[in-house]
Amino acid sequence: MDEKLKTDLSKQGIFATSLQELYNWGRTSSLWPLNFGLACCAIEMIATTMARYDLARFGAEVFRPSPRQADLMIVAGTVTKKMAPQVVRLYNQMPEPKYVISMGACAISGGPFKQGYNVLKGIDRYIPVDIYIPGCPPRPEALIEAFMELQKKIDAQPLTGPDRPRHLNADEPSEFVVPRFGDHDLEPTHNKAIWNPPLVQISQTGTDEFGNR
Amino acid sequence: MNLEIVKSEIEANVPGCRLELVANPSPSAQHSLLLDAEHAAAVALYLRDAADLRFDFCSNITGIDWPGKVVSQKVKVRKLVEGVEQEVEETHTTTVPGFLEAVYHLYSVEKKHGPLILRLRTQDREARVHLPSLTPIWRSAELQEREIFDLFGVVFDGHPDLRRLLMWDEFQDHPMRRDYVDPDDFEYEPTAHDEVLQRAQQHLSQASPVQQSEAEGR
Repeated sequence: MDEKLKTDLSKQGIFATSLQELYNWGRTSSLWPLNFGLACCAIEMIATTMARYDLARFGAEVFRPSPRQADLMIVAGTVTKKMAPQVVRLYNQMPEPKYVISMGACAISGGPFKQGYNVLKGIDRYIPVDIYIPGCPPRPEALIEAFMELQKKIDAQPLTGPDRPRHLNADEPSEFVVPRFGDHDLEPTHNKAIWNPPLVQISQTGTDEFGNR
Repeated sequence: MNLEIVKSEIEANVPGCRLELVANPSPSAQHSLLLDAEHAAAVALYLRDAADLRFDFCSNITGIDWPGKVVSQKVKVRKLVEGVEQEVEETHTTTVPGFLEAVYHLYSVEKKHGPLILRLRTQDREARVHLPSLTPIWRSAELQEREIFDLFGVVFDGHPDLRRLLMWDEFQDHPMRRDYVDPDDFEYEPTAHDEVLQRAQQHLSQASPVQQSEAEGR
């Protein structure tokens, strides 16, 4: 619809909109997060919902204790290998449309525990992540910024066409493989369908491409 | 509190127990008592109940892995070399077997003294890794003994609920042992250096040739 016509009409007291705008406006304004935290990032997440930062201004204060009622999963904290299957299972139980914010260094990459034997090197190995927030832990402002970015992302989603979101496309999966506990590690170690590591040049002899050690 | 006095007191009251004083030469000078596995429970019970000791609180238990090592010693020996007696240096190597250790820190809330440090050692690191559980004497030992069982592989006989605590039940190894090998889950490291670089190279050398050529920059 023509933007000028729309503003002209609203000056006359006639409000015109499209179904897509209405639908996305409803979704962006009531993102209900899942009530779960894994480590110190969860403390910042709690602070974000309290009076000082007041996440309620964004329509996201209704933390739901059940995944069946949640739209948004905030993976707040270190995901250990023992916890990872439960996180994926919770995500699978959430109804579409669903979004994931990966909060903090640990949830993104394993953070300071990346080289450990017991910590998952990023939750994006098993579930698709929409927004990453760096920080250790990120401040509440960073989480609010992530919310606003997610709202922008949802607002821009078309309801039809090839770019439509996953929940409107029957061919796209809404559930992902829950890893099993293996003898030494999780099996599989990552979901190949959604996570492909970027390839970085690492020389075999300990030198970079310029020959420096 | 003098550990020598405590030691002689225990020896007088628990017949047959073999105690050994393990000295700590560092400035902290936290010396400890090494117990024998047979009498550990009796000694622990005595330490808890004796009127002048009353160690009623077991605050911390930790495990230590001592891997076996080869010690080489140079010894001068008199020998006949080409008919002449000479002093010759010979190198003797002895293998010191490894063992696992559980260390208990005891305090007395009633008498306000402590810590008293107890050590228990297994016979080796592979098959004979059994130690008596002190959970029946100090309830606070329960979770910590489970943790040592999980991470070091010490089996505590008499423990009421000996399961893995931190790792999952299907897990096969004991991660805090010195010879534990991390799972080769290296995938990608933007700024690899030192140990991480070594692991990355190791991983890439084991990867399939296609992956390897991709990783080498194409």
